Amino acid sequence: MQNYDLVVIGGGPAGMAAALKAAECGVESIVVLERAETLGGILEQCIHTGFGLHYFGEELSGPEYASRFIELFKDTNIDIKLDTMVINVEPDEGKNIITAVSKAEGLVDYCAKAVILAMGCRERPRGALNIAGTRPAGIMTAGTAQKYVNIDGYMPGKKVVILGSGDIGLIMARRMTFEGAEVKVVCELMPYSSGLQRNIVQCLEDFNIPLRLSCTVIKIHGKDHLEGVTIANVDENRRPIMETAEYIECDTLLLSVGLIPENELSRSAGLQIDNITSGPIVNQDRETEFRGIFACGNVLHVHDLVDYVTGESQIAGAGAAKYIKGLADNDPEYINTKGINGVRYIVPQRINLNGDEDVKLYFRVGQVYRKANVKVTCGDVVISNKKKPKLAPGEMENVVIKQEQYKDFDRNSEIVIEIVEG
Amino acid sequence: MVYDVAIVGAGVIGSLIARELSKFNLKTVLVEKCNDVAQGTTKANSAIVHAGYDAIPGTLKAKLNVEGSHMMSSVCDDLSVPYKKTGSLVVAFSKEQMKTLEELLERGRKNRVPQLEIIGKERLLEIEPNVNKDAYGALFAPTAAIVCPYELCIAATENAVSNGVELVRNFEVKSIDFENGEFTLNSDKDSIKAKYVINAAGVFADTLAGMIGDNSFSITPRKGEYVLLDKSMAGVVSRVIFQCPTKMGKGSLITPTVDNNVLIGPTSVDVEDKDDLATTDEGTSFVQKQVALSVPEFRIRNIITSFSGLRAHSNTDDFVIGQSEANPHFINVAGIESPGLSAAPAIAKYVEKILLSLIGEQEIKADFDPLREKPVRFREMSPAERREIIKKNPAYGRIICRCETVTEGEIIDAIKAPAGARDVDGVKRRTRSGMGRCQGGFCGSKVVAIISRECGIPLEEITKFGGESTMLIGRTK
Amino acid sequence: MKRELVCVACPLGCGITVELSDSGEVLSVTGNTCKRGEAYAHSECTNPTRSLTSTVKVTGSTLPVVPVKSAGPIPKGKLIDCAVALRDVTVKAPVKIGDVVVKDILGTGVDIVATNIAEVK
Repeated sequence: MQNYDLVVIGGGPAGMAAALKAAECGVESIVVLERAETLGGILEQCIHTGFGLHYFGEELSGPEYASRFIELFKDTNIDIKLDTMVINVEPDEGKNIITAVSKAEGLVDYCAKAVILAMGCRERPRGALNIAGTRPAGIMTAGTAQKYVNIDGYMPGKKVVILGSGDIGLIMARRMTFEGAEVKVVCELMPYSSGLQRNIVQCLEDFNIPLRLSCTVIKIHGKDHLEGVTIANVDENRRPIMETAEYIECDTLLLSVGLIPENELSRSAGLQIDNITSGPIVNQDRETEFRGIFACGNVLHVHDLVDYVTGESQIAGAGAAKYIKGLADNDPEYINTKGINGVRYIVPQRINLNGDEDVKLYFRVGQVYRKANVKVTCGDVVISNKKKPKLAPGEMENVVIKQEQYKDFDRNSEIVIEIVEG
Repeated sequence: MVYDVAIVGAGVIGSLIARELSKFNLKTVLVEKCNDVAQGTTKANSAIVHAGYDAIPGTLKAKLNVEGSHMMSSVCDDLSVPYKKTGSLVVAFSKEQMKTLEELLERGRKNRVPQLEIIGKERLLEIEPNVNKDAYGALFAPTAAIVCPYELCIAATENAVSNGVELVRNFEVKSIDFENGEFTLNSDKDSIKAKYVINAAGVFADTLAGMIGDNSFSITPRKGEYVLLDKSMAGVVSRVIFQCPTKMGKGSLITPTVDNNVLIGPTSVDVEDKDDLATTDEGTSFVQKQVALSVPEFRIRNIITSFSGLRAHSNTDDFVIGQSEANPHFINVAGIESPGLSAAPAIAKYVEKILLSLIGEQEIKADFDPLREKPVRFREMSPAERREIIKKNPAYGRIICRCETVTEGEIIDAIKAPAGARDVDGVKRRTRSGMGRCQGGFCGSKVVAIISRECGIPLEEITKFGGESTMLIGRTK
Repeated sequence: MKRELVCVACPLGCGITVELSDSGEVLSVTGNTCKRGEAYAHSECTNPTRSLTSTVKVTGSTLPVVPVKSAGPIPKGKLIDCAVALRDVTVKAPVKIGDVVVKDILGTGVDIVATNIAEVK
């Protein structure tokens, strides 16, 4: 058994920022448990730029963004255990047990006053889509291809179809093009892309790669290796319109059809999971319903910008520090946040009205809106009502609720965010 | 070199026959056209050990099903393959169907199936609370079980190879010559000589028999589509749930798997192409609708994957097992469709007897070992066992597949095993790496790298399942 | 003449409207929410540029490739040519972040620099 004040599970952007913040807030014994052989998480394979504009005020690549944080660890006494996989978390207030395995140390139980869950997310695989046809080689998630190309230096194929217009898919369209592949089309089931607008412009439009909205892959062809796919437009119920079916020859199908927070550990620990975010339910400190267990980054909800992950993880790190030092509020009074009329989810899901800082609520909408209002209310009180030129499911929004406002909210009410059109 | 026996086809039938023959001082070769064993019907079927009430009394199917079902648990024990005696239920939804159950019960008794009984609605809902409340009753067969068919095949091959059988992969028999009492099996590149040939070629058994002029039967590939559901669905049923057969067909089944997933299916459609393993939208939605009749509350969520398999349906409607009329040294083991898996251990014994009747009784080798050691399964170990095994070999301390908790050590074991894995799917079937909810998204590239390192094959030559199924085309630069 | 653009300067992706004279001069820029947006609109309408990211081969390292980026914007029309040129570049470990891998790539005046470390094997 190894004892720590704080165990951070995951050494990606979330885990790093949380651990560093906790150390900065005075937590003395911290360990970061990371399954890869380096810190940095998924950033290591995201070699494109676009990271850090908010946080560092400059445009960095993924590895550069990660290295800024990795460097900071040198001046701390945070322990880092690499190549170490956590296989179990057993919540027990003040003395949680985290079991991890590694080649170097074998099976180790860590006992921690507080735990920060920062396991990130994973990509949705083909099986979940249930596409008809054969099961050849040549079908993989965009992220797997990204690792092959950017880390291992290998190409999966030369003629590429991408299903799903998530950011990784868009980024890989450009990346494969730079490495000499022909990206034939990006198909998106929904009538809008879930990726960032800038990626549609600079990853697709710049290279004349067609983006077909309301279109999907309906059949896979090829016995041993992928030989082609049949794509078709879909109707408003997302059912394929067979008359539009079209065969496209390709040797690679990349899937970029969504990310799922990696919450197996959270689930088996007994944490309550939000059905929409697929992450734990947390308060404004990113503390779960189990005191002393925090969650941040993509394990909590999928972010589109790493800068936001960093910010959120610092909140969790500070929250954990407060808890460890015994400064946390022992009699929290919670009310829930609730998204209606187009707001799919809000994080945090509940707010302690005795909090001493302003609270930023992050949310996502379920469809594209132009010139709509974001209205925030609590009971009869309208907290804010701001016009937005554009709201899209691919872009996370936020509203701030001031401490002096929420401290007086009715304890039996809830904070509601909604979209008002027109 | 001339082998005594060449078994063509390393599915569950060929592998179990090979294992039986490995007891003797015979030079036996197991010939497989794919890069791994268990690549045909064996890898995609219902994974059920039927009790034996279904087959018509007096047929080989009936005889060998009941015998095989009885033998299965000890064979699985010897080979360290998971086997769970879950029992099965055939559910009736009308008075008329209850009559059909009576007929099945009667047939079962004639086939000497033990412990069969018809149970009423109350008892049915008590033991399977998620079954449709409109059910009238069910035929309960407590001796039915579930196994993992490809694991059984892999384990049987391993055991056979450990006892001296040779496995030749990537050898597709294209023609057969017979001269001076010896067969020559020819592929495009090579040939293998043997005195006796056992035809366990699955859906291709008629093609193989045709090569020696035996056209006494024909095999139609009958496709069955399945949907596999995530472990979070586990517990929805605890037994194999069949629907009462009607004029419209046998219906679909829902069953737990030995790995705690839930399997639903199959469809039943005759196809022309013996390589046609494509799934269809019609198939998957048919299966889902059909299963909803048995378990209505059950919403199909958390689909991990769908797949299809081909049953080797013979025009004789029964197993075709015996010496070929065209050449008595050529033994057909064909038309092994359901209850083929259930019958498999008995089929192997039956074929052994036929062979011994031709070559004379053989002594069992002194060093024959019927047991196959259980591979390390990190996910099933206690913390103390885990500590111990990592101390012995640190490779068990690196988890490669996080969904199924598979370690690097287990993957290396799977590659180094007798008749070990040579490709990504081979590692997956032996270790479950890549079988979880992320379907290899995280571990896929790591497995490719480990195979490359352990087998000394460049990354771009590693395949998903042999042939042209390479994962990568070459370096970016 | 009006041109509608999506700003790629940062992930916000603001919609920008640029009014252009017949000779292609930028008359006005609206819809941007920051200075970078205005600069982007000017550049996009007169001399469109992009930053390039890729990898180059590295020898003597634990890694087969090391990621790189252009130290500044490259004319959009030269992006693919520069990416192709990088396929023949090899660097030797150790590599540090910021190391110049190619100086003045294809005469653009822009250097290609490493964006990650590559340690010696």
